[in-house]
Amino acid sequence: MTGHAHALETSTGLDSRKLAIWTFIGSECMFFATLISNYLVQKGKSLVGPFAHEPWTDPATGQVMEPIIEIPLVTVGTALLLFSSLFIVLALYGAQKGNRKMLVGWLGATLFCGIFFVGMQVYEFTHFAHKGLTLSRNMFGASFYVLTGFHGTHVTIGVIWLLTMFVLALRGKLTPAKAVNLEIAALYWHFVDVVWIVIFPVVYLIR
Amino acid sequence: MSAHVPAEDHAHPTPGTYAKIGLVLFVLTALEVGLYEVTFGASAGEFGRQIQPFFIPLLLLLSAVKFALVAMFYMHLKNDSKLFSGVFVFPLIIAAIIIVALILLQAYHWAFARSG
Amino acid sequence: MATTALDQQRVHAAHAEKTGLWSWITTVDHKRIGILYGATAFFFFLLGGLEALIIRIQLARPDNNFIDPDTYNQLFTMHGTTMIFLAIMPLSSMFFNYLIPLMIGARDVAFPRLNAFSYWVFLLGGLFLNASFLFGAAPDSGWYGYANLTSRQFSPGPNVDFWNMGLQVLGVASLAAAVNFFVTIINLRAPGMTMMRMPMFVWMSFITQVLLLLAFPVIAVALILLMFDRFFGTHFFVPTGGGDPLLWQHFFWIFGHPEVYILILPAFGIVSEVLPVFSRKPLFGYAAMVFSGVFIAFLGFGVWSHHMFTTGMGPIADTFFSLSTMLIAIPTGVKIFNWMGTMWFGSLQFRTPMYFAVGFIAMFIIGGLSGVMHSSPPADLQQNDTYFIVAHFHYVLFGGSIFALTAGAYYWWPKMFGRMLDEGLGKLHFWLMLIGFNLTFFPMHMVGLNGMPRRTYTYPAELGFATLNQIETAGSFILGLAFLVFLWNVFQTSRKPRGAVADPWNGATLEWAIPSPPPEWNFDRLPVVEGRDPLWEEKRKHGARLPEPVVGTGAGIHLPNPSYWPLVTAVGVTAVFIGIMMSPKWGAWGIVAGVALLFFGLYSWLFEKGYSEFRTPSHGGH
Repeated sequence: MTGHAHALETSTGLDSRKLAIWTFIGSECMFFATLISNYLVQKGKSLVGPFAHEPWTDPATGQVMEPIIEIPLVTVGTALLLFSSLFIVLALYGAQKGNRKMLVGWLGATLFCGIFFVGMQVYEFTHFAHKGLTLSRNMFGASFYVLTGFHGTHVTIGVIWLLTMFVLALRGKLTPAKAVNLEIAALYWHFVDVVWIVIFPVVYLIR
Repeated sequence: MSAHVPAEDHAHPTPGTYAKIGLVLFVLTALEVGLYEVTFGASAGEFGRQIQPFFIPLLLLLSAVKFALVAMFYMHLKNDSKLFSGVFVFPLIIAAIIIVALILLQAYHWAFARSG
Repeated sequence: MATTALDQQRVHAAHAEKTGLWSWITTVDHKRIGILYGATAFFFFLLGGLEALIIRIQLARPDNNFIDPDTYNQLFTMHGTTMIFLAIMPLSSMFFNYLIPLMIGARDVAFPRLNAFSYWVFLLGGLFLNASFLFGAAPDSGWYGYANLTSRQFSPGPNVDFWNMGLQVLGVASLAAAVNFFVTIINLRAPGMTMMRMPMFVWMSFITQVLLLLAFPVIAVALILLMFDRFFGTHFFVPTGGGDPLLWQHFFWIFGHPEVYILILPAFGIVSEVLPVFSRKPLFGYAAMVFSGVFIAFLGFGVWSHHMFTTGMGPIADTFFSLSTMLIAIPTGVKIFNWMGTMWFGSLQFRTPMYFAVGFIAMFIIGGLSGVMHSSPPADLQQNDTYFIVAHFHYVLFGGSIFALTAGAYYWWPKMFGRMLDEGLGKLHFWLMLIGFNLTFFPMHMVGLNGMPRRTYTYPAELGFATLNQIETAGSFILGLAFLVFLWNVFQTSRKPRGAVADPWNGATLEWAIPSPPPEWNFDRLPVVEGRDPLWEEKRKHGARLPEPVVGTGAGIHLPNPSYWPLVTAVGVTAVFIGIMMSPKWGAWGIVAGVALLFFGLYSWLFEKGYSEFRTPSHGGH
């Protein structure tokens, strides 16, 4: 994705690559819609616990399994992901204005939030597995891990993408003329955040 | 009918506006969590039981506002060409229809199967 | 501007279309990629046809044991999967690739390397799917892979995994191409070509790309859920774990129904190009054709459960989907009337493309009528899972898509290869195909209503299906003969010298304004368009046929450089899915290696040194 010396003439006046990422994002809406509708349709179909919000007693052993969802941790992650959207917008502003300090600083902050979010998810997954929730345990486990796992994968890809942009920015390659490249990366990043805005209440809050 | 790439010739929010939106998003998230705590939390009481039927609609409303804010301001749809909005919103509509359709089919299938 | 003879030589050399295997492996030229799609797709089409012939031999006699039941299951599964994903879709892609930039007056698609990537992923996906035969484990649960037959419990072997991973790989190819063509059509139209002045083939292709973008993610998720069921112990579709096999059907057909419109809309577009030219009349009702196409696409997302009328969804669901299905017949009918309106009072030229185009209309009407018959749930209760359905979808997919694609092949052959296919052999091909096709598939309406079930390797003699099945088998071999005639035509034509003129058919659209075959850069000067049917406009202004265009030197025209990174990245994508499939044996290492190769290819692609990004020169200039 190299830059241009002069602008392309397109039928709409819009950058083809920006149109392409929006098109891809539109397609990804259907991807996550299918995953989310799977989660909603499978809700309540678990034959055994542990469950999301209620405790469950194993009728065979009498063992009590605590509810899985822990609000405080995921809320911190959610807030950080939201702030990362703010930070990347500021980074883009810096890129467009040629302010390298602003660009690098805020892009670094974005990365920090993104990496923290992925870390939180990894911790959450291992913690939930400890509490007895696995992919094969019940429908909640299967739906939860697949939905949030694929979202997490998208975040990870975003982190790798932003890391690449960060290295380019450090080396002074992200000039105002090339800022559209960061804009495209940012659109992907915002989309990943927007999907989480839907997943957070649907998975963690709705009972 | 020649066209050229405009050099950001549309209104552009300032960093200050972005920061304010960020604050609003944070507050909305806090409201979401707060709503959960009030309705189902450990300290939930009579008021929580009363608003329980409104919990899901309120929650979805809060999320929708967050969604719209990020889309319109951070993703720049408000100030960008309407084509981008169309390319984003049309799949969202199809997606929403399919989610609702599957939920309805599922609920109806279970009810119908039970009543035979 | 090149002035000296040496300069001209250098410029010419720079633009001379290189030959040789390496030039094809690294090509990013949409025309070459189109030809690659076409050749590969036709090969898979013949493979799928061979599978069909073996099926027909088995069914020619009752209680036959030409092949055993397991082989039969693999054959009908691969026949369907091959024809849909490896034949019809990539044949359509051949036309998308070759024609869309030419018809909109562009030099190439928006993302040439992504275009090459789509082809290589398709090729590798097709090879991967068919590699299953080498392991004696071809997919065997139908092209729609219904749960929970596809669960680990009932399909323990790798057959379903080949199918799953193969379709995922092919999905990547389709999605990448869809993004590419979507952006190309919106952004690279020549000046003056508004959306409502685009050729109808471009419109139908555009709508097809939208359907691809919206439908493929759904099956991607469904296949992912199935993969988790089979590899990681989830129970999404497994009843013993709380899952619902019916959910698979919902997900599959939410994709599957738009998929059939993906299969037919390009055919509609091709016929909408051929009929006007051979009727010497503009397409009747352009706007209605556009809006009916849009309506079909939108409504196509609301009919999917008509594939599930026999699953006991309940009367309300049945009624809703029955009504929506009946509704979708209306815009289709509009198109058929508009095609007839195009021919009405036209000066009909019965050349080979026209034969196939008219044949398409007749065959598609028959297929459409049986489709409307299925839309009634009580009637479908009898028809479903019988050969009546097989008849329907072959009439629309073969009588529809294949007839139209064949019309397109004959029509655009001179443009692509600089040679006209032989008319006599073409007409022989048509008649053999028409007769063979109807002999094969029309009796299926009868045996189907009389109860012959689908997907069953044999039938007892007492049921009385034998005679008609024999006729069907005979018909299928006549069909095979038809394609041999086509191959003979292609072979004979290739031995003739290149001599086709730019505009052998008196065409209406921009591709006929440039030499046959076009130079790599398509247009010396990008056209300015002032209406629909721009070439007819030009000829009207000239008062006669246009002079034969001279091949330019391409001086000053920048084209994107060839690249092998799309191929490397495509191998990476395939390797990831092979890694997933082999994860029980190899652990995560296969996946890791695949991802590493994918990232290596991708980053090399993105940071390719000296790669000059594609430029659309300003109109009127170079």
